[in-house]
Amino acid sequence: MMVLIKKTNIDFISKRFMFFGFSALLIAAGAASMAVKGLNLGLDFTGGTLLQVKFEAPVTTAQVREAMTTAGLETTIQSFTGRNAYQLKVKGTQENVNEIADKMLAGFKTSFPGNAYTEEKRDYVGPVVGRDLAKKALFAFVLSLFGIIVYVAFRFSNPVWGAAGVVALLHDVFVAAGAMSITNREIDLVIVAALLTIAGYSINDTIVIFDRMRENIRMFPKMALGKLVNTSINETLSRTLLTNLTVLTVVAVLFFFGGEVINNFAFCMLVGSIFGTYSTIAIATPLVYQWENKGK
Amino acid sequence: MNKLHWKIGTVLGLLILAVWLLYPSVEWYTKTADDRAKTEAMRLRPKRILNLGLDLRGGTHLLLELDVEKLEKKEKLNDAMTRAIEIIRNRVDQYGVGETPISRQGERWISVDLPGISNTEEAENLIGKTALLEFRLVDTSNEAQAVLSKVDGLTEPPFGKNGVLLPEIAKLMPKGTILRKAAPGPEGDKARYYVLFNEVPVTGAYLESARVETDQQFGTPSIGFTFNKEGGKLFENFTGANVNKFLAIVLDDVVHSAPVIKSRIGGGSGVIEGSFTMEEARNLAIILRAGALPAPVNIIEKRVVGPGLGEDSINKGLSAAGIGFIFVIAFMLVYYRAGGFVADIALALNFVFLSAAMAYFGATLTLPGIAGIILSLAMAIDANVLILERMREELALSKPVAMIIPTSYDKAWSAILDSNVTTWIAAIFLFQFGSGPVKGFAVTLTIGLLVGMFTSVFVTRAIYEFWLTSNPKELSI
Repeated sequence: MMVLIKKTNIDFISKRFMFFGFSALLIAAGAASMAVKGLNLGLDFTGGTLLQVKFEAPVTTAQVREAMTTAGLETTIQSFTGRNAYQLKVKGTQENVNEIADKMLAGFKTSFPGNAYTEEKRDYVGPVVGRDLAKKALFAFVLSLFGIIVYVAFRFSNPVWGAAGVVALLHDVFVAAGAMSITNREIDLVIVAALLTIAGYSINDTIVIFDRMRENIRMFPKMALGKLVNTSINETLSRTLLTNLTVLTVVAVLFFFGGEVINNFAFCMLVGSIFGTYSTIAIATPLVYQWENKGK
Repeated sequence: MNKLHWKIGTVLGLLILAVWLLYPSVEWYTKTADDRAKTEAMRLRPKRILNLGLDLRGGTHLLLELDVEKLEKKEKLNDAMTRAIEIIRNRVDQYGVGETPISRQGERWISVDLPGISNTEEAENLIGKTALLEFRLVDTSNEAQAVLSKVDGLTEPPFGKNGVLLPEIAKLMPKGTILRKAAPGPEGDKARYYVLFNEVPVTGAYLESARVETDQQFGTPSIGFTFNKEGGKLFENFTGANVNKFLAIVLDDVVHSAPVIKSRIGGGSGVIEGSFTMEEARNLAIILRAGALPAPVNIIEKRVVGPGLGEDSINKGLSAAGIGFIFVIAFMLVYYRAGGFVADIALALNFVFLSAAMAYFGATLTLPGIAGIILSLAMAIDANVLILERMREELALSKPVAMIIPTSYDKAWSAILDSNVTTWIAAIFLFQFGSGPVKGFAVTLTIGLLVGMFTSVFVTRAIYEFWLTSNPKELSI
């Protein structure tokens, strides 16, 4: 039998304040970055125009910027190295669908005459749509959190467990969002899907340990809560690490080889799955211990 | 037959069903792009196949908003929306784009997907046109002439911003008339205008059909139209009462031609002449035929993915996902040996069943949808890891193999059930209240979770139980 993780006996509970402190630090870093730099919200939420073109003859980023300045546009420019392709964005409230994109194209014609290009991607998001998308996604997310708390409270006959699971989940989502802010990566709807995946994954992971705790409470009703939590984490540690390493590897492959389109998505998932594992062991279960003990 | 036979029969039966459901999709996607386009144009696209979202296959997504303020007062919003969607569907259909999902979103939004089309200017015009066809008399009085010569002398268009007449022109307009621009003539001509009477005796609402006709002498295209009975009578009375006057044919507030009414026009048909290109005439006929939108629509969102980018993202993403998949399969085999092999079979079946279910529902696969699949696959593997780890725990207690299997499944079950249901609850809320991409995520996740629970628990257990019938002494995990 191949065994990666031998039977362990680590006292996680006694280290809980260290974990809480580390998480507080992570969250503070994310929050600070969000306060200073903000979240790099994509067109999906701010509204605006995106145009991605690939030129036949090589042009440089500086030339593209110059061309846009000449055309009277202030754009953010992202270049795709090796493909001679550029993505230009003008965020903000725009009332007319093709206005900005047409100006960009006219700018290319003026500044790069004779250089043919293909339009790879064009997005226009009107001001109302952006607000609506963000509102709906948030609303759905908050409702599903309540659904989770209610179900976990019902299945584990204790609202504290559900709340602890949700705190761990929020922790993971927030850390992932913070990492997006720190690395200046853009939050678009695909990232929202990634954050939702992280949330689902985090709660899944937590429930497995909760399940073991429930089982151990039935088998050893007299066991002290601290010991019970520790035993449960240790018993499931092998599974927790195995599953998570598998997922982590897959996400890492997507991050390194998945291509530009899903790179941000894969990055977000990478951070989320690392901290999803961490929070199950270091946040969700110690929180249950902390809150339950307070009640007594 | 005993219980085990039933279980194995169920699995095999579902496998056959899944292959049968997947067959059309496989057949469809192994065709060349050209063949697919041809079949789509003939509307023979199979219904129950796996669709690729616009972000993966390339195409255009438009979100339109009905300008509710311009609705006629008596028309209810719901009726207007239904009519608008029907008309847009009609126009897009006639344009020959193939499969185009059109749906209402929220209160007054309409979502239009145009797969495979990335040059959308024409389609946009086609969809957005209100196509309000009116027949009005031309005011040829001296006052009207005075207006036109004043307009001619202007150095700017007579309409200011927002389409309001400049005050100096407005004060000259004869009572009960409006000013309308003429359709552009040959290249280089200065814009011309008409003064028209307010009354609209006949509108395009009475139209029964419209078609492109070509002039026999010059081959220039024009649009012939036929009224229904009621409209034909109105048109006949109107032309009869106004012989020798000019009749302006106004389409979307632009005067296309203003011929003299030579005599009463019976039979309920007529012709719009103008300097159309063949293409324009064809589109106009489509618009007239499909009817007028109840109110103008504005494009509030537009997303275009060029075909190249879609392909590129698919290929890169697929190969990365493939590597990940192979890694997981290999790892399970090495780490859990026979147990890993069973889990791998479950994983492969999971993939087949999931695709079959999505094909059956005609679901559309998007990037966020793939995220949902990844999560559901990860949870399916997790379920197997849970079971296998339990088996190892039981094995450590030196129990007989025949006891290990049922005990492990029983003990692992509550964790698998609760973690799946919790995630499933979240998915349901996301499906119900999320929009677009969030919904796409929720759909694949929901289907994926159900399939995953089935394969990773029911299927693997059936396999173990089948293996137990050979009365094995050892469990290799």
